[in-house]
Amino acid sequence: MVDAAQSMTQPIRARTTRSGLRKFFERKSTIAFFMALPLMLLITIMVIYPAFYSLHLATLNKSMQRFVGFGNFTFLFKRETFWMVVQQSCFFAITAVIFKALIGFVVAHLVHNLPDKGQRKWRGMLLVPWVIPPAMSTLAWLWLFDPSYSAFNWILAQVGIGPIPWTGDASWARFSVILVNIWAGAPFFLIMYLAALKSVPEQLYEAAAIDGANWWQRIWYVTLPMMRNIIAITTLFSLIVTFANFDIVRILTAGGPLDKTHLFATWAFRIGIEGNDIPLGASISLFMVPILAIAAIFILRDINKRGNEA
Amino acid sequence: MAEVTLRKVVKRYDEVEAVRGIDLDIPDHEFVVLVGPSGCGKSTTLRMIAGLEDISDGEIMIGGDVVNDVPPKDRDIAMVFQNYALYPHMTVAENMSFGLRLKHYPKAEIKQRVTEAARMLDITDLIDRKPKQLSGGQRQRVAMGRAIVRNPKVFLFDEPLSNLDAKLRVQMRIEIKKVHQKVRTTTVYVTHDQVEAMTLADRVVVMNHGRIEQIGPPNELYHRPATKFVAGFIGSPAMNFIPCQLEESGGLLQVRVSEAAAFPIPAERVARYRGIPRDTKLLLGLRPEHLVDAQSNQSAAFQPFDATPDVIEPMGMETFVYFPLAGVQLCGRINPGIEAQAGAPLRLAVDLNHMHLLNEATGAVL
Repeated sequence: MVDAAQSMTQPIRARTTRSGLRKFFERKSTIAFFMALPLMLLITIMVIYPAFYSLHLATLNKSMQRFVGFGNFTFLFKRETFWMVVQQSCFFAITAVIFKALIGFVVAHLVHNLPDKGQRKWRGMLLVPWVIPPAMSTLAWLWLFDPSYSAFNWILAQVGIGPIPWTGDASWARFSVILVNIWAGAPFFLIMYLAALKSVPEQLYEAAAIDGANWWQRIWYVTLPMMRNIIAITTLFSLIVTFANFDIVRILTAGGPLDKTHLFATWAFRIGIEGNDIPLGASISLFMVPILAIAAIFILRDINKRGNEA
Repeated sequence: MAEVTLRKVVKRYDEVEAVRGIDLDIPDHEFVVLVGPSGCGKSTTLRMIAGLEDISDGEIMIGGDVVNDVPPKDRDIAMVFQNYALYPHMTVAENMSFGLRLKHYPKAEIKQRVTEAARMLDITDLIDRKPKQLSGGQRQRVAMGRAIVRNPKVFLFDEPLSNLDAKLRVQMRIEIKKVHQKVRTTTVYVTHDQVEAMTLADRVVVMNHGRIEQIGPPNELYHRPATKFVAGFIGSPAMNFIPCQLEESGGLLQVRVSEAAAFPIPAERVARYRGIPRDTKLLLGLRPEHLVDAQSNQSAAFQPFDATPDVIEPMGMETFVYFPLAGVQLCGRINPGIEAQAGAPLRLAVDLNHMHLLNEATGAVL
């Protein structure tokens, strides 16, 4: 009798486990997990594994035979070039991001105030520098910067200036790489700011106009606060990308003259790949992490707190 | 505080004329409501008064000064928007004081004005909150507070209650009326809701197709509409219009609505209608409250007739019946005590002392 009862409950239990499993697969969080799985795998393979591998590499000697602990790092600290690269990277990234942000902001306002008809055309055209692969566009810049035959120096010569050693002199070379980076990166700010501007309700400006705000006060008290989160996130993103820039410097100056335009990425490449010291190259590139982490903390500090106030 | 005057004000958008030369005089302290269907030009008119839209032609004066080319900030007006337009990154107090801070008022005065307005609107406890922490009704109060603290010459309201639910709308309506009774600032209020217009206004301006159809106190518009549009727009349920003809039978002037139904025109109205040519196509305008049940309205003023309602709407304090007559659907209002059933014949009565006769072609009330 008891047995019979047990054998009767068993299929029921099996059914409940099966429906439990089905419920598990039907849960939104489970579906979300599986949907995100390909990306997570990709990130693991392309980002997490190389990151840990470079951590491992950084602890080896030049021939990658022996564990040296922090040896590579202490070696770097003693080298002047390293500190120069730190300074140059920071200067490059901060200057370029500030100008990209400013230009993006101003141009976004200009485009935003264009009549709707012409706006699409301008938006498309202004995005071109950002859309062209930087390796290609930098080649064009390289020709423009050529000391003898370039368009720039020819124009300057017409007005009696020049010739300017665009990539030959340390200061001019730094100026040139920053200029090209701004040219290529400003459209990103433009498009982000334009989207942010479009999301500010028109009535807020009208309310501010009635409240007595002039043009500048409307930007200061309405536009900027409404765009704060976008500005912060765009700045951080651009700071990371600019700080880790490789292609522009590599093509335009290859770090020269006399390492005066090297950034972390280009110097790591020079030491690691060209100089055949992969562990030291890995150590150099790892230095970007703490610097960018600190920047991220500062920039993102208020975003959670502010949230979406609208 | 000031009077507002509009002289032949026109607004054109390319080819389209949104406002077609309107004249309006709003004396000091008055509460004027611009009402009309969507696209009638009421909001555009308000925005022109505010300075948010340019004026294509004509003149707008505030306090006697022409303000056509004066920017909004120098017009000394305050506006309450439909979606409140509160600055999301500012607290309630900051939102309310923004205009005063821009004008560099002394801190003590700003604080005093904000506190005073907050007390008046019962939002003292919310003063440190951000707009997203407030309900729709509370946001509306803050938007009003922002207008009040400025102590402007004119208040402008652009459909301020449209985003609120029905119950809150009634509550805020009373609130707005109370505020106006206290501060007595000249107010121009735009709405598409004729109930709001009727309940709030000292005078209602009914607009249609960019023109003013009629201006007058709510009761005048209700009882003596000048056009078919006003007659149909003001009042809920709307006025019934029945195609009809005048005819004389045995020396009696009567209005014939169908082969079977004709009602004698009351003696005091005969003189008014006698001159109308008999072949004019007319409409008989009757409000639902003048189409009643015959049982509780048996005096001589009421003309009984039979109808078969197809829809009954009990509202509690009254019951609306919808029935066909002379090819049109009519609405009547009967005593809720009467047992009316859809599809069952009902004896109704019409009170022609409150009738309107309209020219079908021109829409004019005769």
